[in-house]
Amino acid sequence: MHLILFVLFAGLCLAGAINLLLQSHPINSALSLIVVMTSLAVLYLLLGAEFLAAAQVIVYAGAIMVLFTFVVMLLNAGQEERTLGSRAARTVGFPAVAAILGVLATIVLKAQGLGTASLSDGITPTEQLSAELFTKLLLPFEVTSVLILIAILGAVALARRGDGERTEGK
Amino acid sequence: MTTVPDIYRILPEVILTLTGVLIMLLDASMSTGASRRALGWVGAFGTTLALWSSLWQLSLPMGTGFYSTVETSPFTIFFHVLICGIVLVALLLSLDSLPENSHHQGEYYALIVFGAVGMCLLTAAVELLLVFIALEISSIATYVLAGYRKETGRSPEAAVKYFLLGSFATGFLLYGIAMIFGATGTTQVYEIAHSIPAAHHHTLILASLALMLVGILFKVSAAPFHVWAPDVYEGAPSPVVALMATAPKAAAFALLLRVVYEIFPTLRSIWTPLLWIVAILSMTVGNLAALRQQNVKRMLAYSSIAHAGYLLAAFAGLGNAGIAAASFYVAAYAAMNVGIFAVVTVVSGYEENLPLIQDFRGLIYRSPMLGGLMIFFLASLIGIPFTGGFFGKFYSFSAAVGGGAIWLAIIGLLNSGIAAAYYLRLALAVAQHPAEEPSTASLYQPRIGVALSAALLFAVGATLVLGIVPGEVLRSAQSGAHTLQPPPEATEVMDITALR
Repeated sequence: MHLILFVLFAGLCLAGAINLLLQSHPINSALSLIVVMTSLAVLYLLLGAEFLAAAQVIVYAGAIMVLFTFVVMLLNAGQEERTLGSRAARTVGFPAVAAILGVLATIVLKAQGLGTASLSDGITPTEQLSAELFTKLLLPFEVTSVLILIAILGAVALARRGDGERTEGK
Repeated sequence: MTTVPDIYRILPEVILTLTGVLIMLLDASMSTGASRRALGWVGAFGTTLALWSSLWQLSLPMGTGFYSTVETSPFTIFFHVLICGIVLVALLLSLDSLPENSHHQGEYYALIVFGAVGMCLLTAAVELLLVFIALEISSIATYVLAGYRKETGRSPEAAVKYFLLGSFATGFLLYGIAMIFGATGTTQVYEIAHSIPAAHHHTLILASLALMLVGILFKVSAAPFHVWAPDVYEGAPSPVVALMATAPKAAAFALLLRVVYEIFPTLRSIWTPLLWIVAILSMTVGNLAALRQQNVKRMLAYSSIAHAGYLLAAFAGLGNAGIAAASFYVAAYAAMNVGIFAVVTVVSGYEENLPLIQDFRGLIYRSPMLGGLMIFFLASLIGIPFTGGFFGKFYSFSAAVGGGAIWLAIIGLLNSGIAAAYYLRLALAVAQHPAEEPSTASLYQPRIGVALSAALLFAVGATLVLGIVPGEVLRSAQSGAHTLQPPPEATEVMDITALR
């Protein structure tokens, strides 16, 4: 049962990712990304990471994707234009990706003594996760707030109209 | 094992964060038309305080805090002081060169100070997750600052380019971190270093090393990961370039030192040739491309790529000689580059009406002080004795020779010769008599205020101190190098060093 689910959703995830790259309309790419995110959430659940799966659905498939589609619609982004550069990137990019994928796959397959992740019913309790997050990884967790603050600050500084129009959006 | 409160271990970062928050709050409480210059002074004051607090950290016993995620040691303090110094100079420079009442100055100063938090944390982090977050903080701050001249086309272009390529490179670093976690089951630097000799899945560790090197070498703009640098430097506002050509690079070099000497000391035979190749490529590509540039900022961008190459030559050094030489070079590089970009900022102005080499013609007659400073910093970049650039190159190349890489040193010296050509071209332009007819160049009068004078004074002072009495700085770099040795328990390290 687990194996069937794994194969199904791993395949769906890959198909979504490839479709994301091939689509030329931004909204189609954004919708494919939702497929990727949701299937990833199922894979996490299969590995027993229930909290991660829930967070994946809520944060990525929910919040971030809504934002994505909003931006795409607000900007009224049309069909992607094919230029000489993008065609060149396509011809060079796909073989390059295939090569890197090949190298990484060989490395992972050849690596001996890797721990095995079991597709099991066992679930990592959220309690354990939060204990790790708020003791050992407390500082990275707190510093993330600076990261988010700086991202907001940057977005405001770049998006607001400049030069003498300070009143707007303040 | 120590009774030092954890907060003392991150005191400079805490002070910088509070300063950034204070700037934001003050900015919000000011009336819309008011001058934001005071905020710059708040930032400069906070940075000075952070600098002193990190010097004060010397009195703490060496060790880690927050569950072994940050470290205070002479190594981290060396880079903290360096980064705070650069940020201070950049803030002072911005105070006099940003146009009044525009450009969201409050956010500008806050971004610089928050960026400094990330850079400082990057040098102190001994936990790869924290490394990643700190790197993102410093990167996002610089991406935004690069796009600050919104009215021109080039600045947003630079910001977008920098953002896309930078995020791609960070992806590589993160992939490397994931691989090392897969191989060792931890992201703590010391624990990784302990478990690597025992780890059997060698290929995963090699892949991780390669991916992490790609990510870090991008940040220091070493060839072949350098393509972003000239475009970004050209488009970004000059005071920002003074900052981002130096401080994030200093932090990234600190990370590189930590990664290769502390995480992967056992793979020395693998990363040394890699860094050799990158060093030679960076020097040659940087210098040859710089020869053909007409735009001063582009030329300096290529020169900074070449300098990354000279610096990487130090990594061929034996034992910890390379660490000290590289740390010293970072300091010398930062002092002279922040100086020369400061002069360029003043001469070309924030709007950059005078970006080309011929626009600098006769600068020494228009403003003897600026012209003199320009020639002084160029002399340091060439590597003339009694400037920081000389001892930087000297220690770096002698470390390379000590490590048996004589060819690397020879190629480096040849490259310094090529580099002298374009530096001298600019120096000659500065010293030439101005053209007879009054051009736009001669009409423009640079404004030099208190803050700017202080910034230039700091840069000149640092370059001179590094060039005349380098002993003290070198000693602190060496004591930093001693603390960055692989932990003694890793016995295999000893075997390998004995073999070499």
